[in-house]
Amino acid sequence: MAEKTFNVTSESGIHARPATTLVNKAGQYSSDITLEYKGKSVNLKSIMGVMSLGIQTGSEVTIKAEGSDADEAIAGLSEVMEKEGLGE
Amino acid sequence: MTARIEGIGASAGIAIARAFILENPSLDVSVKKIDDADAEISRFNEAVDKAKVELEAIKEKANEQLGEDKAAIFAAHLLVLSDPELLDNVKGKIKDDQLNAESAMSEVSNMFISMFESMDNEYMKERAADIRDVSKRVLAHLLGVQFTTPASITEKVVIIAEDLTPSDTAQLNREYVQGFATDIGGRTSHSAIMARSMEIPAVVGTKDVTKQVENGQLVIVDGIEGKVIVDPDEEVMNEYKTKQENYEKQKKEWAKLVNEPTVTSDEQHIELAANIGTPEDVKGVLENGAEGIGLYRTEFLYMGRTELPSEEEQFKAYRTVLEKMEEKPVVIRTLDIGGDKELPYLDLPKELNPFLGFRAIRLCLDKTDIFKTQLRALLRASVYGNLKVMFPMIATLDEFRQAKQFLLEVKEELKSEGNEVSDEIEVGMMVEIPSTAVMADQFAKEVDFFSIGTNDLIQYTMAADRMNEKVSYLYQPYNPAILRLVKMVIDAAHKENKWAGMCGEMAGDATAIPILLGLGLDEFSMSATSVLPARSQLSKLSKEDAASRAKEILELSTNTEVVEYVNKHFNA
Repeated sequence: MAEKTFNVTSESGIHARPATTLVNKAGQYSSDITLEYKGKSVNLKSIMGVMSLGIQTGSEVTIKAEGSDADEAIAGLSEVMEKEGLGE
Repeated sequence: MTARIEGIGASAGIAIARAFILENPSLDVSVKKIDDADAEISRFNEAVDKAKVELEAIKEKANEQLGEDKAAIFAAHLLVLSDPELLDNVKGKIKDDQLNAESAMSEVSNMFISMFESMDNEYMKERAADIRDVSKRVLAHLLGVQFTTPASITEKVVIIAEDLTPSDTAQLNREYVQGFATDIGGRTSHSAIMARSMEIPAVVGTKDVTKQVENGQLVIVDGIEGKVIVDPDEEVMNEYKTKQENYEKQKKEWAKLVNEPTVTSDEQHIELAANIGTPEDVKGVLENGAEGIGLYRTEFLYMGRTELPSEEEQFKAYRTVLEKMEEKPVVIRTLDIGGDKELPYLDLPKELNPFLGFRAIRLCLDKTDIFKTQLRALLRASVYGNLKVMFPMIATLDEFRQAKQFLLEVKEELKSEGNEVSDEIEVGMMVEIPSTAVMADQFAKEVDFFSIGTNDLIQYTMAADRMNEKVSYLYQPYNPAILRLVKMVIDAAHKENKWAGMCGEMAGDATAIPILLGLGLDEFSMSATSVLPARSQLSKLSKEDAASRAKEILELSTNTEVVEYVNKHFNA
């Protein structure tokens, strides 16, 4: 299992277009990937799951991946988080 | 038989073509028990795949015609269709509860819809509409119902529909769709805004155009007067063909005026400005050749979110607008919220009479932390252009003094922190409350300018709620009572060498323009698309002549008399 915690820096939190990009990326891996926010955990491959968290700027989120390509998944998703200006 | 249907003109122009009725099929879902769950699941998968193919095609088209920005919504729709939470839930219901695919799908999507709808955030609430859109598309395939989409149109038509959804408008092909008419909607509904940006004639709010028109019937959509004519005879047809040609000619004439100043026939310069709600609207302002921004409604920065916008966020928005307008004047109105425009995160108590309640400057002078953040952002942005600050809903001189004093304090604070602030900022107020119009001579000594907000001034003067259809007959912009108040404001401003503008609907109204010119109004601020027609109209009017006419108009007794007078003397 691999995981990484991010500080959400995007002013509008995580929604709309960046969420779409993030979910699309997660869909490319076979591992089970979850997004944790304020004690709630959702499937990162589910756009509705991610949006239902209503993540605000300044908060902490953790991405966890479990499966054969867990490390690649975390690396790829970190890249998206940074490139989209979502968090660091 | 020629039939005429009345509606609201949402986008100007005349369209003549055969009707294409865009129907929303009824998607009645009956709950059934099934035996073969696997077969039902593959039926469901097939329907989802078909919907995906459709959406891909729509996305492509939207990308080509409307740009990547507008196409992004369909990328989100596609993701909903691959969402494991949604798909697994539906399949689970088919398997475990032996439910048919239709009812499983509608049950699960309804669950998500109500979840998103109950969220305390406008953005999330809108996502509920997306899920509904997607779910309908899948259900149509499951039920084998034909979903007529605008994408299937391949000849010149006028679209007739109950309403147009975002996915409908994204699929409209400018080449074929000449115009549209809908049952519901108003001037500011989604479909109306889209029609104006695509520049196709549209009439909305007809109540029952879908019931009165048949597929393939010849239809005229008159977006100028808000009329739909069904099955016109030769005479009517010729009349409208001439009207259409004249309008096209006029449009070409207007386009020539984009880079021209606004000058009356007797060489008097008038300032024509535009109203905006977001920094993106500046594009339309410049394209239509406005000479400034007469009203920037800042409340949109505060709406559709869960917390107040930060100083930095506001600063960026104000700076963008000021920079894009270069040195042209930009009047930014401080927060006009409360009453009917709610911000859920402020948690304000419900009021019985919101229009007469705790709103705008009244709220800002009480919640000074909110006010201060906005003023800081405005003042910091002031060095990037020609900023004028305007306070809304002022009723008394004390309120204006208090607000201005607060602004000066914030300015000193910023300077002591080492920030640069312009020293040229004009500070003015909206005139919406009759008390300020009556006392304009006193206010004029202290303000730098007035801007008359006619929508509210009319409703407060006539004591008629503009949302209440039963009293809509009292919404009389040309009533001499209103015109006399307007005159008091303009005269008071001029006596103190200040300027008076108007930023309500009335400023862009062809009937009001000659009167306002005659009363001496200095600045007219309107929706961007009205600027060129207004410039053209003003170039044909003489200010001197209008002034002597205005004297006569002020002596008339009713709204109707004024309209008749204007039609006779100016618009003949």
